[in-house]
Amino acid sequence: MEFFLVQALNGISYGLLLFMLSSGLTLVFSLMGVLNFAHASFYMLGAYFAFQVSTRIGFWPALVIAPILVGAIGMLVERFGLRKVHRFGHVAELLFTFGLAYLIDEAVHLIWGRSAVDYRVPPDLDGPLFEIFTTQYPIYRGFMMLVSVAMLVSIWLALTRTRIGLVIQAALTHPQTVEALGHNVPRVFMLVFGGGAALAGLAGVIGGNAFVTEPGMAASVGPIIFVVVVVGGMGSLAGAFIASLLIGCLQTFSVALDWPIFGLKLSQVAPVLPYLLMVLLLIFRPKGLMGTREG
Amino acid sequence: MRYQPLNLARWILWGATAAVFIVAPLVFTSSFALTMLTQMGSFIIFALSYNMLLGQGGMLSFGHAVYSGLGAYIAAHALNLMGKGAFAFPVTLLPLIGGLAGMLFGVMFGYVTTRRAGTTFALISLGVGEMVFACVLMFPGFFGGEAGISTNRVVGKAFLGVSYGPAIQVYYLVAAWCLISMAAMFALTQTSLGRMANAVRDNPERAEFVGYDTQKVRFLQLVLASFFAGVSGGLSCINFEIVSAENVSALSSGGVLIATFIGGVPFFFGPILGAIVFIFFVVALSGFTKAWLLYLGLFFVLMVLYAPGGLASLLLLHIPLLRARRLNRLALPYLLAGGAVLLALAGVIGLVEMIYRLSEQGASTVISLPGVSFDAATAPPWLSFGFLLMAGLAALHFAARFFSRRWHDVQTEIRAA
Repeated sequence: MEFFLVQALNGISYGLLLFMLSSGLTLVFSLMGVLNFAHASFYMLGAYFAFQVSTRIGFWPALVIAPILVGAIGMLVERFGLRKVHRFGHVAELLFTFGLAYLIDEAVHLIWGRSAVDYRVPPDLDGPLFEIFTTQYPIYRGFMMLVSVAMLVSIWLALTRTRIGLVIQAALTHPQTVEALGHNVPRVFMLVFGGGAALAGLAGVIGGNAFVTEPGMAASVGPIIFVVVVVGGMGSLAGAFIASLLIGCLQTFSVALDWPIFGLKLSQVAPVLPYLLMVLLLIFRPKGLMGTREG
Repeated sequence: MRYQPLNLARWILWGATAAVFIVAPLVFTSSFALTMLTQMGSFIIFALSYNMLLGQGGMLSFGHAVYSGLGAYIAAHALNLMGKGAFAFPVTLLPLIGGLAGMLFGVMFGYVTTRRAGTTFALISLGVGEMVFACVLMFPGFFGGEAGISTNRVVGKAFLGVSYGPAIQVYYLVAAWCLISMAAMFALTQTSLGRMANAVRDNPERAEFVGYDTQKVRFLQLVLASFFAGVSGGLSCINFEIVSAENVSALSSGGVLIATFIGGVPFFFGPILGAIVFIFFVVALSGFTKAWLLYLGLFFVLMVLYAPGGLASLLLLHIPLLRARRLNRLALPYLLAGGAVLLALAGVIGLVEMIYRLSEQGASTVISLPGVSFDAATAPPWLSFGFLLMAGLAALHFAARFFSRRWHDVQTEIRAA
């Protein structure tokens, strides 16, 4: 019971982090039809910026500054890169973000070196939050959940209750009409792309010190969030939410369990499970959990 | 049967390609050049097989290294078994084993991946690639873990003096396989399957209305492409005598995508150019600088932004000018633009290398080149390289304007003539 509760909490906090990443990806995908391959690189940039800022002026300013910086980079990328390749079609846009991921990874190598940097949980958040039976649950995990939930609620409110949110929702399905009504749709694209990047950056700020901040972190998280998006159904926010929690729990539980499977332990098979889930889902339900269209 | 005239130009082109393959190691005789040529040969097959998906079938795959890598693993195991005398098989035909293995995995994974097209296909191929990579690390007994499995290509008695011990013999083996595979893949583009793959790429809905199962066309195309990927895997197994997890990694899947795109996806010969440039970056440039991946990425992004047809499209743009004997009119703009590019490049390289030197722990900050040496920890080199970059970009701006005006003039002249 104790094991189950602790793992479930860990799984949910990891799943919420995944959803912060996949929600930005999903929004950008449904709005612009662009699958942003550099999304995980923005996550990594967020972690590195937060490390840099927190060594200078502390963690709390970093929590605000790093996502803003990453969002600004995202907007610049959209304005001066993506908008240019837009006329060459979706494949070119995808390839552009793919190349961008290479560039960001290499730039991180160049600036911060090839080994992990010492980005730590701030002292105010270091320590146990409460005890479940005998296990101490760290404050920082609780803080991660709090930030993710606060972020998600505010995004939901922004999307459903504000003017710009309504314009974004309208532009998802009827960009031409929205443009005809006098709204600047390219600027909406830029904002959403920057917003998605900032969300990824925020996930990097709170995920970078919970896990490890190293140049390989983009490459290890990237495929997982793509799996989340496919499993949830391309372009479905609700699907992405369910899939994030599902895969977050799947990964945390499988790493901690050592049930034997074909001569291997479950914890050894753990890295393959999300992909296996994706393949099985595609065979039996090709449109994903909450997807609306096939093909 | 309908009468087909002898296509002379085609025969000359293929003959010339064969001649280049034969003569290349006689011209570039150093052992470094020979390793590079051999790698180019096997990578050309890999890139062409990738273009069977992206260029001809419209399938953007992020997991093509799975087929070449697993083909290479099987080939390495076969080679090791041959070395133990478990069965006799000529090493010359070993790539065939790699190819068949690649094809088998193509049938297995292709069944899942080709169910969807477009972006979803891209994501699923990425997922399958990650899955295979994780599996390879999970079963060290068969795959040898991170270190991989090593093998020995010299097996059995030499046949007519060919033992594949010396590198030059391996080169000619790769060259022969490369030429055969090139011809086979070109022939495939002319078959009905090749044509249908194009149709499915351009308009899947219409292809379905004509009565073709688009999923089946994509599946067959992927299976054939994975055969050739496996052949190239088998060749790289013979060449390097080691196969490791890197062969199936996302990095090599991304590499073949970058190479193919740089070369030119819309043209059959594009990937050949791309493979040559890519191997040059990987083998030659990586010896000089650790930032080679950054330069490669930068080159790739610039190609995506400004030349989505790749190097091949840039070359083909010049053919009408060559025919009209107007190429000399472009000499001056090319000279100016080239100078500007060199200037900007010098600035970029200087800045990147200085950043790199500063981030490296324990390394001296003094960079010495033949003739000059400067300290990256001081301001003057930063200012001067920054100035070089700015001046280069400004010059490029004007040179590009001049170039496009001249280009436009020449085009009008040709049309008028």
